[in-house]
Amino acid sequence: MTIVKHELRQGRVSLLIWTCAIVLLLGINVLLYPELKSQLDDVNDMFSSMGSFTAAFGMDRLSFGMFKDYYALECGSVLGLGGGIFASLLAAGMLSKEEKEHTAEFLLAHPVSRKRIISEKLAAVFAEITVMNLIVFAMAIGCTKAIGEEIPWKEAGLIHIAYYILQLELAGICFGISAFLRRGSVGVGLGLAITLYFLSLIANITESAKPLKYVTPYSYCEGADIVTNGSLDWVKVSLGLAICALCVLAAYLKYPRKDIQ
Amino acid sequence: MEAIKTVDLTKYYGKARGITNLNLSVREGDFFGFIGPNGAGKSTTIRTLLGLIRPTSGEAYIFGKNVTVKPELIRRDIGYLPSEAAFYSGMRVSEILKLSADLRGKDCGAEAKRLCERLELDTTRKVSELSFGNRKKVAIVCALQSEPSLLILDEPTSGLDPLMQREFFEILRERNKNGATVFLSSHVLSEVQHNCARAAIVREGTVIACDSVDSLARANAKRVTLCGTAELSGLEGVRDIQKTDGGASFLFSGETEELLKRLSEGKILDLTISEPDLEEIFIHYYLKEDEK
Repeated sequence: MTIVKHELRQGRVSLLIWTCAIVLLLGINVLLYPELKSQLDDVNDMFSSMGSFTAAFGMDRLSFGMFKDYYALECGSVLGLGGGIFASLLAAGMLSKEEKEHTAEFLLAHPVSRKRIISEKLAAVFAEITVMNLIVFAMAIGCTKAIGEEIPWKEAGLIHIAYYILQLELAGICFGISAFLRRGSVGVGLGLAITLYFLSLIANITESAKPLKYVTPYSYCEGADIVTNGSLDWVKVSLGLAICALCVLAAYLKYPRKDIQ
Repeated sequence: MEAIKTVDLTKYYGKARGITNLNLSVREGDFFGFIGPNGAGKSTTIRTLLGLIRPTSGEAYIFGKNVTVKPELIRRDIGYLPSEAAFYSGMRVSEILKLSADLRGKDCGAEAKRLCERLELDTTRKVSELSFGNRKKVAIVCALQSEPSLLILDEPTSGLDPLMQREFFEILRERNKNGATVFLSSHVLSEVQHNCARAAIVREGTVIACDSVDSLARANAKRVTLCGTAELSGLEGVRDIQKTDGGASFLFSGETEELLKRLSEGKILDLTISEPDLEEIFIHYYLKEDEK
């Protein structure tokens, strides 16, 4: 557990900043709801008249008159982009940073196997993501209570679980890529999260782009689908977790054989 | 038993040569010097021994164990000092030392304290605030605190002031006396000559000489310093001629009879023939045949 503890310690400031940022944005969105609710007709008209963007964000299937619909859309976006980018950046740099920051020689000169390094670093990534999601969920529930709305436990729970799985999947993919990188992890992490996010928007706009829903993990986090169906699309979730597992496996195959520079 | 043994060890980085067919044997308990300039393959050899890079071909053994098979178990016996010590940002010296000890699964607190006192290292400071020399001290303590049976040191004295260098070598001699094998990679020949019993010279990725330091220094070249004039042109085995006021100095590895004949034909006021120091021997080994 030495490496896990070390990584958690090294990443604590970054975790704190990202968690605060996501909590702040999510909290503002929740706290704004009472005011938006009072202008319900105007808001619904505005969001339903945005052409393709209405479909892209699933707003054609949601009504802002219901808090759970509003929460699924607004808070989902914050969790999806913020949490996704955090998870991707964290994982993409986890293995490669040792070479980038020239600390690989220090770490690997010790009697620790590369497989142990992979396992402990992966555990640290998942632990940080878990901690962030627990704090964000607790704060979101607190904010919802503060505005006097009834807490939509089922829908909110499913949305948070979906985004948690999404973050784990993105982290798994980026972690696998990290085993191949020596530098440039920021570009990879940021690029992957944003690209997959926009692919999900494109998949919502046109029928011909629907197969993209099986490519991007954001498709199983669709707020409109979760609220409407009352469950997650487990086929897509399973596919995502399988991709995550394959990428982690790639890290286990590549990193032990990698020449460290 | 041999602490380090390599058999035709070869490493290529793509098409670039790292080391080729490098054969090396370091006995347990040796204080061994590994000499060569930058790019000769010293660090590549060390990184292969530590399992940081995989050999292209050949084999390497530490205490009889192949370094490519469970290298983490082999590293239990090794204390490694890299040429350029880099540590995690934001950590204090004490935290780095603790992390290193924890990664070894050992409590090294008492030995770390002793070493820090001897090297005058302040453990409360952040590593990012330390000078290059003080970061080197942190790396030294990390390498030595677990009291390993093999010390692999890559350019260990760069950044250390002369007093610290003396203290550092004193510690190494104590460790060596207690049975530890010391493998010292350096291009500072004087520190190898003063501290090592045996040494290997590496050129273009291959060991070109390996013997006791005394034997290497007694290699077939002599330093000839003369005052006066003598016709040396065409004499075989003369190189590194340095003109001095009223004389010359050169390395000679040819026929002694020929040299004496030439000198007797000239006008010699004074003559000294001495053993060259290791630096001169190094140059002797290092000059390619066509440069000699």
